[in-house]
Amino acid sequence: MISVITSLLIGAIFIAAIGQNPLEVYLQLFSQTLGNTYGIGQVLFKATPLILTGLSVAIAFKAGLFNIGAEGQLNIGAFASAWVGFTFVTMPWYILIPLSILAGFIGGALWASIAGVLKAKFGSHEVINTIMLNFIALALVSYLVNNIYPVPATIHTPEISPNAWLQRFDVLTGIFKGSPFNLSFLIALAACLLMYYLLWKTPLGYQINTLGLNKGAAEYSKMNVKKLIMLSMALAGGFAGLGGLNFVNGYKHYLELGFSENAGYIGIAVALIARNNPWGIIIAAIFFGILEYGGLTINTLVPKEIITILQAIVILIMISINHFIAQSRYKKFNAGTANG
Amino acid sequence: MQELPMDEILDIAFLLQTLRITIPYLLPSVGAVFSEKGGVINIALEGILLAGAFCTAVGTFYTGNVLLGIVCGVSAGVLIAYIHSIITITFKANQIVSGIALNIFALGITKFFCKILFNSSSNSARIEGLETLNLPFNPFLLLCIIILAISYITIYRTKFGLRLRAAGENPEAADSLGINVNRIRYAGVLISGALAGLGGAWLAFEQHSFTDGMSAGRGYIALAAMIIGKWNPLGAAAACLLFGFAESFTLQFQNSGIPTQFIQMLPYVLTIIVLAGFIGKANPPAADGIPFEKKD
Amino acid sequence: MDNYAVEMTGITKIFGEGFKANDNVNLRVKRGDIHALVGENGAGKSTLMNILYGMYRPDSGYIKINSAEKTFHSPSEAISGGIGMVHQHFMLVETLSVLENIILGDEPAGFAGIIDYNTCRKRIKELAFVFRIDIDLDAKVGSLPVGIQQKIEILKILYRNAEILILDEPTAVLTPRETEGLFKTLKELRSEGKTIILISHKMSEVLSISDRITVLRRGKVTGDLHTADTGKSELGRLIVGEEIADLSVKVKTPFEDTILEVKNVSIKNDRKFLAIEDISFLVQSGEILGIAGVEGNGQTELIEALSGIREIDSGTVLLNGKRLQQNDVIAHIPADRHKHGIVKEYPLYMNILLGRESESGFSTPYHLKQKELINYTDNLIKEFDIRPADHGQLMGGLSGGNQQKAVAARELTKDTDLIIASHPTRGLDIKAAKFVHEALLSERRKGKAVVLVSTDLSELLMLSDRIAVMYNGTITGMFKAVQTDENEIGMYMTGMMAKDSKK
Repeated sequence: MISVITSLLIGAIFIAAIGQNPLEVYLQLFSQTLGNTYGIGQVLFKATPLILTGLSVAIAFKAGLFNIGAEGQLNIGAFASAWVGFTFVTMPWYILIPLSILAGFIGGALWASIAGVLKAKFGSHEVINTIMLNFIALALVSYLVNNIYPVPATIHTPEISPNAWLQRFDVLTGIFKGSPFNLSFLIALAACLLMYYLLWKTPLGYQINTLGLNKGAAEYSKMNVKKLIMLSMALAGGFAGLGGLNFVNGYKHYLELGFSENAGYIGIAVALIARNNPWGIIIAAIFFGILEYGGLTINTLVPKEIITILQAIVILIMISINHFIAQSRYKKFNAGTANG
Repeated sequence: MQELPMDEILDIAFLLQTLRITIPYLLPSVGAVFSEKGGVINIALEGILLAGAFCTAVGTFYTGNVLLGIVCGVSAGVLIAYIHSIITITFKANQIVSGIALNIFALGITKFFCKILFNSSSNSARIEGLETLNLPFNPFLLLCIIILAISYITIYRTKFGLRLRAAGENPEAADSLGINVNRIRYAGVLISGALAGLGGAWLAFEQHSFTDGMSAGRGYIALAAMIIGKWNPLGAAAACLLFGFAESFTLQFQNSGIPTQFIQMLPYVLTIIVLAGFIGKANPPAADGIPFEKKD
Repeated sequence: MDNYAVEMTGITKIFGEGFKANDNVNLRVKRGDIHALVGENGAGKSTLMNILYGMYRPDSGYIKINSAEKTFHSPSEAISGGIGMVHQHFMLVETLSVLENIILGDEPAGFAGIIDYNTCRKRIKELAFVFRIDIDLDAKVGSLPVGIQQKIEILKILYRNAEILILDEPTAVLTPRETEGLFKTLKELRSEGKTIILISHKMSEVLSISDRITVLRRGKVTGDLHTADTGKSELGRLIVGEEIADLSVKVKTPFEDTILEVKNVSIKNDRKFLAIEDISFLVQSGEILGIAGVEGNGQTELIEALSGIREIDSGTVLLNGKRLQQNDVIAHIPADRHKHGIVKEYPLYMNILLGRESESGFSTPYHLKQKELINYTDNLIKEFDIRPADHGQLMGGLSGGNQQKAVAARELTKDTDLIIASHPTRGLDIKAAKFVHEALLSERRKGKAVVLVSTDLSELLMLSDRIAVMYNGTITGMFKAVQTDENEIGMYMTGMMAKDSKK
């Protein structure tokens, strides 16, 4: 919360510096995003992939792994979803939709598993590997879109079958008029529920938590650490992979290069702010959704990049104050137990 | 398989092109060695390149002086590196997250001011290039060689280098000998910022302008090169040269049948292979990425 | 002018809320002496030395070095004041060479900070010659054995012109031969006029090398002795204090079944070297087998193999007559509680679940039975007297003794016949230690087989039925506890004696 307010203040300085009234800009930002159902729909649309990438980072983090690779996993998963959608065009919706969802999950999971297996088998560091895999994924998807499934004069895949569409809420319910907010939001919510249940209610989740908190204790209690590492990474990738549904199946009905707009990286911020709690992730994702859509609404007053700057500052302040909180706790804890 | 056109590869123009492509990899990559030898992972290099390029363009545009432009670019690099140092060394925050956030920050702020100053979201006004210096040689190329030599000597032969390596390998040990670990680490990160800022300056001069997102992943490739070069400035430079060659090759032989995307992947795939230990073990400094907590 | 190198007078150091790590301590060390500072873990030895070395500031008292009052605010001030310290955990940079490690922080440098390697190499060679320390200066430190690393630490101090050397438990990590080498070096140093303060809790060592001894117990000085005028019994009394009440009487249990059988087992360590070579022994129902030995002689690898964490290289281990499986349930109280035994961020009841999360009483594959777990924890809290009696208390907030009770509670109530306990009372206060001892004895009475690893010989003699002594990956001796004593075991521990253990 402190970090949000502070970054809004710093943002205000930027806005004032270019001769605009910060108050007016912020007012417009919030009224345009939360003041009407269209705006809310846009915000939730933007939040959907962020929930999934946030979960992705969070579940890996719970296992003591740092998944920087949500961006790549998201792209691979999205391509898999799209591929199913434009390849099996004759299938009925009740097969094609689950298949497309599954493909997204598996695509992301397999991609993340490269890092997971390398970590478990060779001990190579997942942070660097997932960063590298992001770039490989982007190049690979670009290759697939441009060279294997090209649509002339575009940078997107062929359209998916309407049977693979995840309907927009305005079509289904009539509210959120005109916004691309769609059914994949429910998939994101289901993923949160799954993560919550898995981590807090099952023995497997207990093992994952233990691994993240104290690897030595996990080893000494004979948990299969390698398996847990691979599984957590695969789950993380799977969640991120589902993130593509929002754009591919729910919005444009094809995969377009650059669609992810750094959602994988913003997911790190989402998980961080939510302290890896699945319910917190929904809220944090909506917050970033407000910023992302809000940026577009104020573009006439201030360049919308002010939002990118704000996002970065939120993260920077967030991680900096985390240290102070941890330190004061540490001091309290240590005061009682120090000895010579 | 076609025969390789050796005479074309050995062509002087081709070599120069390779070197030109290599420079913006090499400078941040050598910078990364300084940062990581001291124990701080600097992913912000990507953003520093971008900010360096932007500030070089702005500086050159407004002063009309190439050298002042370079000063601006390097200062921008040092400034972002300084923020990274404060956050990761003083506040002990996660170095990866800080780096990523700074990259996002640089992306946003360059575009923001590009719009304000040049009224365009995609590029700056045209700036003068290095040719205005009227030198008979490429000053950056010479600079790169000098920097490389100095870097190697600094890291492996000087007091500062020894302390830097100790701070990255075993900060407790360094601290026990009265070395100010955090100050040394600051120095390492700031040097990386200056070098990456310089790399950004080169990018701006090459294109005679700043364009949005012009760093295009070079900061990450520089990082990859540093890993493949096993945290050694000469190794990093060699890896950069290899990437530069591969890229130059695809530019030269567009119809060679190798999709450009695969050349783009090359550095990253190589990094993963090296990290997995398939080509000799690459060991990062033992305390790389770990903030130093001084016991009281 | 008297000839004291160090005088610490009335030193008091208080940590946290009133814990007196040092309470009005006086220490006087004569120049050119080897002065031992002895006491149990937590007696305040390290605190006192850290004060001398400038790491801690005393709450009261003053320090004189060579009769001049001095206050050091940091180790580097202490170093320039002629004091050097070899820490228990070496402060070496493994990837740097010996030479680089020695000069680090005090490098002779010329133009542009370029180090003058020739000058310092010459200087170190001279030092090494004077003190008869023979080391290859260009070797990477990480590749050298511990004994050599320690000498590098000593050279590092000498390079900085230290007149007073503090060594913190220097023999804890050494093999007996390395210890001999160290003592030779220490005597060499003394003959060159250096003053040495040796922190130790090993009586026999202290008696053999030191000139004077200061004993600390619970932060206070309980003795200040001439080594020549004292002996083990007096020293022991000063270190431990009054005798503690005896444990419950140990009688032979009526059980005789073999629970654990180890036959010709060899085990590799993490570096793929054989840590255990061809050892064999039995543990019967109702028996405690003690395993004695200097740390690092294969005990860790043996325990990890027996508890199913480490693979066996060759040989067989039978549990109740069947080959030991990785998933066999075994109670294991690990040596390093913080690293392996608890998760301090978890509440108590979730620590009780550790390693038992698959038991049908606590979970199905898809769900944890939280209520059952909490009930179970509440019972353990009563049975093992864990305080505070709150299953939701975060583990990190419990005292060391209560953490260990919780670990014991979890492990000893597992459904198994075999208990492995490694240093189960290390770092505990006397009362908590006694509680753990009683718990182990009670399991023994129930007919369980216990393997108890400890470096504390009195603990082993008190609890064990038989004691196996390990040295260098083999068992050098096997004794009935009632028929042996510390002296005998000590000789076997150091490899000075060995008898055929394959029986």
